[in-house]
Amino acid sequence: MLWETLLLAVRTIRRNTLRSFLTVLGIVIGVAAVIAMVTVGNGATAKITSELSSMGNNLLFARPGQMGPGAPSSSARSFTLADADAIRADVGGILAVAPVSQKSVAVVAGSESRTVGLVGTNADYLTTQAWSVSSGRNFTESEARAGRSVCLIGETVRQELFGTADPVGQTIRVKNIACPVVGLLVERGESTVGSDRDDTVIMPLRAFQRRIAGTTTVDTILISARDGVDTGKVQAAVEDLLRERRDILAGDDDDFSVRDMRQLVQTMTATTTILTGLLGAVAAVSLVVGGIGIMNIMLVSVTERTREIGIRLAIGALEHQVLTQFLVEAVVLSLFGGLIGILTGLSLAYGTARLLSVPFIVDPTIVALAFAFSALVGVAFGFFPARRAARLDPIEALRHE
Amino acid sequence: MTEVTPLVEFRGIARRYGEGDAEVRALDGVDLAIAAGEFVAVMGPSGSGKSTAMNIIGCLDTPTAGEYLFDGVSVSGLDRDARTILRRSFLGFVFQGFNLLPRTSAQENVELPLVYRGVGAAERTALAREALARVGLQGREHHVPSALSGGQQQRVAIARAIVTDPMLLLADEPTGNLDTRTSEEIMALLTELNTERGITVVMVTHEPDIAAFAHRTIRFKDGRVDSDTATARAA
Repeated sequence: MLWETLLLAVRTIRRNTLRSFLTVLGIVIGVAAVIAMVTVGNGATAKITSELSSMGNNLLFARPGQMGPGAPSSSARSFTLADADAIRADVGGILAVAPVSQKSVAVVAGSESRTVGLVGTNADYLTTQAWSVSSGRNFTESEARAGRSVCLIGETVRQELFGTADPVGQTIRVKNIACPVVGLLVERGESTVGSDRDDTVIMPLRAFQRRIAGTTTVDTILISARDGVDTGKVQAAVEDLLRERRDILAGDDDDFSVRDMRQLVQTMTATTTILTGLLGAVAAVSLVVGGIGIMNIMLVSVTERTREIGIRLAIGALEHQVLTQFLVEAVVLSLFGGLIGILTGLSLAYGTARLLSVPFIVDPTIVALAFAFSALVGVAFGFFPARRAARLDPIEALRHE
Repeated sequence: MTEVTPLVEFRGIARRYGEGDAEVRALDGVDLAIAAGEFVAVMGPSGSGKSTAMNIIGCLDTPTAGEYLFDGVSVSGLDRDARTILRRSFLGFVFQGFNLLPRTSAQENVELPLVYRGVGAAERTALAREALARVGLQGREHHVPSALSGGQQQRVAIARAIVTDPMLLLADEPTGNLDTRTSEEIMALLTELNTERGITVVMVTHEPDIAAFAHRTIRFKDGRVDSDTATARAA
């Protein structure tokens, strides 16, 4: 009986293909939006999480100025190399300290040139980034101390300047300074915000300061704590030391900030999750609107088919049999919409994920939930029209033209 | 004359619509008995109460007062679903406007009452084919109503009414939309079903020619039975 009702519903829906499609469009859009939002959101979260592990779990970074709303950072005093040395010397539980300055400069090799993000730092930088060279070597501590202009280049820079050739031993010109390439970095791909992390050149900080930037300042100090060390304690020790070195009186606010990378990533993940949920909720509203569309058309359909209902009631359909017929019709409609919506949503999510270069992760729970929810919408909004059909007076219904 | 339980028995049946001054007495205390195997024509001007009487006999409507006994059992107090079960078990309906489902084949139209009775697909197909053959429509099982003539549509409707093997066939102006020749064919079919299968037929009609096919004519007037006469059978 249910199977026959199902067949009947499919046949009735197919009889009016265009109208049926327009009816379920609301559901299609609702489900597609929910699926797309949540899938892309999950991808973004997964990417952030994977980046956390690739950056090393125990990374802190110190910056001049207060981060956060309304805090002027440009006016704050910069760090110097001496600050980084002091942290390394005085704070316990530290694996590596890397002072970092950055500047966008043009690099040239032969006839090829490219503008890259140039990083001035020390030999510990690769440790803090959990990074390494794929060929050649890192520059040494003594090269860094001496301010020798040697450099490491990223995979993108290698491709742009040398093609597939081995760059180690070649010389590139960085802002007119000849700079031998001593190592090629392992390919890392894009960062969370979509910048190419392989489009970079790394050189000793002293060389960077003296010959490129012409300053003695340090933008950021990266601090990598040893495994098993409480990063909170390291953070507090670094803050105390920096306050002392910068002569900040007790009670005055810091004019710098030290952040734990993990906290930052957790905050970002939490934000992404909230955003995903919020967008999903907005999308869910359109599902309800879609349900109202179905109710509307089902009511029209009941009116149009009053005579048919009258015939069915007169020749032996029980109230619940007519109710089931119309309810099944509404549910088949909404499930059909849900199915199209899921496919559309997944394609949309796939395209968006490719575009934003986040992983495409399908959450079967959300797909199942969207499908179940569209069925629920069908039942909820199909019930009223179905009951109206079932309660028709067969005598009146048969007279209906 | 021996006392046999009538198939249809009205005891003081009244049906009123509305209240107070607006009250309409469609039926006003009707006593009536129709025995199994009869072929009865119901006549009367519009508003005489004949349609209301038919609706009550067909368990589509319930009387306001009085008692309706079907095959000796009172059915006045039955609820909607119980009346539906009664209808689909014992009654068959033929309407003036045929009332077939559009865009649905003759076969499926005839199967419909069986679907609601929960008869399996194979048995349904067989019974519907048999019923269609009985009304002379073999070979037209897959025609939709719009591809059939009026007479053929009414035959499909009759097949649908008899497919459940009912005790009572209620026909509401079955020839009202048909020409004279087709009307006579339909009446011949109803007469056959009455005499050969023993199905009791109660038929509303306006036309004396059609009423002449019945054994008995009941005339309604102002909500009461005006006359109840045996008919000289048409030649």
